[in-house]
Amino acid sequence: MPDIGLGGAVGFWALATLSVGAALGVVLLSNVFRAALALVLCFVGIAGLYVTLNADFLAAVQILIYAGAIAVLLIFAVMLTRDTQRGSLWNRYRVAALLIAGLFLGTVLAIVLGTDWGTARLLSDAPTTGGIANALFDKDAGFVLPFEVASVLLLAAVLGAIALLREG
Amino acid sequence: MSFWDYIKDLSNIARRVAEWTGGEWWVYGLLGLLALLLFLVPSLLALIWIERKVFGRLQVRYGPNRAGPFGLLQPVADAIKVMTKEDVAPARGDRLLFRLAPALAFMPAMAIFAAIPFTRNMAVNLDIGVLYIIAVGSLGVIAVFMAGWASNNKYSLLGAMRAVAQTVSYELPLVLSVLAIVLATGSLSLVKIVEYQTVPLLLLQPLTFFIFVVAALAELNRTPFDIMEADSEIVAGYHTEYSGMSFSLFYLAEYTHALAVSALIATMFLGGWKPDVGIPWLWLIVKIYLVFLVFSWIRGTLPRLRVDQLMGFAWKFLFPLALINILIVAIEVQALEGFPGWLALVNIPVAAIILIGMARLFRFGRVTAPARAPERG
Repeated sequence: MPDIGLGGAVGFWALATLSVGAALGVVLLSNVFRAALALVLCFVGIAGLYVTLNADFLAAVQILIYAGAIAVLLIFAVMLTRDTQRGSLWNRYRVAALLIAGLFLGTVLAIVLGTDWGTARLLSDAPTTGGIANALFDKDAGFVLPFEVASVLLLAAVLGAIALLREG
Repeated sequence: MSFWDYIKDLSNIARRVAEWTGGEWWVYGLLGLLALLLFLVPSLLALIWIERKVFGRLQVRYGPNRAGPFGLLQPVADAIKVMTKEDVAPARGDRLLFRLAPALAFMPAMAIFAAIPFTRNMAVNLDIGVLYIIAVGSLGVIAVFMAGWASNNKYSLLGAMRAVAQTVSYELPLVLSVLAIVLATGSLSLVKIVEYQTVPLLLLQPLTFFIFVVAALAELNRTPFDIMEADSEIVAGYHTEYSGMSFSLFYLAEYTHALAVSALIATMFLGGWKPDVGIPWLWLIVKIYLVFLVFSWIRGTLPRLRVDQLMGFAWKFLFPLALINILIVAIEVQALEGFPGWLALVNIPVAAIILIGMARLFRFGRVTAPARAPERG
């Protein structure tokens, strides 16, 4: 395991606590707007964790897409529905929700505990951008086709949204 | 190392101090922060004065001229006034978020400066510099949201909603125009982008420059794109309820962001610290001020757009323009194996033709008045 030093350890635990705390806030805050803001905090914390892993490109993308775009759209939706800004944490599906959530938790725990997680012996190279680009677009070992298919999928989704919302 | 070397590259001083204290990383961090504040605080005061003077001249008035010579002390007087004013929070708003929003508004604007290279060494040489700046810059809108929502005021909320619609729309052309630069320079690092510019990118890619400046102005919410705080429509938008120091934090954050974007334009299009003679970082500061002067000029000249015009302009004009631009740059990069300087002679007329052509073809959609509400009574 690479030595991350005292600074690395402090950074990791601070960011991990922040992310988990914010994630709990998303679920437990009854004020929907504050919950959405907690989600932003959670995203930022995770981006920070990426930085400690030398995954700078991933961190920037995490901020740009999750905190900057998705969370902002979420907050926008919350603002449009001002009537329900105080959501309730409990409703009449308590038993069913508990059951399903419990099942899900059990599955995730079983997988997390059952998997043999490999630990990297080295930190990744500092500039990861070139590496990611090569891995994606390399002529022989790359993933050009899946990448292009994903973009076509997104285009189809955009067109679908336009078709649904078109008047007349 | 001579005295001149320390002046030319201030990072030498930081290195010396860091060596003296044992080379800890946080020493560099603190020194960087100190240097940034030493640049930022006087610059903000100067910019506010410059903008008010420019406005005054453009509107055939004198502008501030009472406090100190040429009104130079006006920003100081304003600061004292603002600090002594009462800071009121709406009773039925969300107190915590209301107080948090102004502080948060300041952070993204400050964070952008971390990646701006004042010289080759005077910066955090981020390998993902441009991406980092766009990502951090996109967070500013969250503070606007918080302010608008926590104020519990219809106008504030309207302003915040306009802000998100505008920011999301203009972020697309902004990112696409940056993509054209990355295509040509082959790097996301701002240091490499500056080193690439033997000919400034302003001349090499005038179309990119146009798209970036327009989209950046919209992201900054400066006139003609300031519908989110349009005084005459929704009072002051998201900061209607703010007063005293909280308000001035928003005000300062706005100027800091404008300064950051000016710095970004100076770095990406005007060659940053180049020409590498004399004191390099002074060149960049001069360029930043020049860009800001143009921003003030635009703000003092153009009227505000309507909401529907604003969105139509982003999606029907700027966005297709950005796509065309990427296509052109990509073809040029592929065909010429690089991006030679003489291409400026081709690209400037091409940009002019495309801009004029698209402007002639561009129409705002037909505006239909909403159905009248039935008369009450």
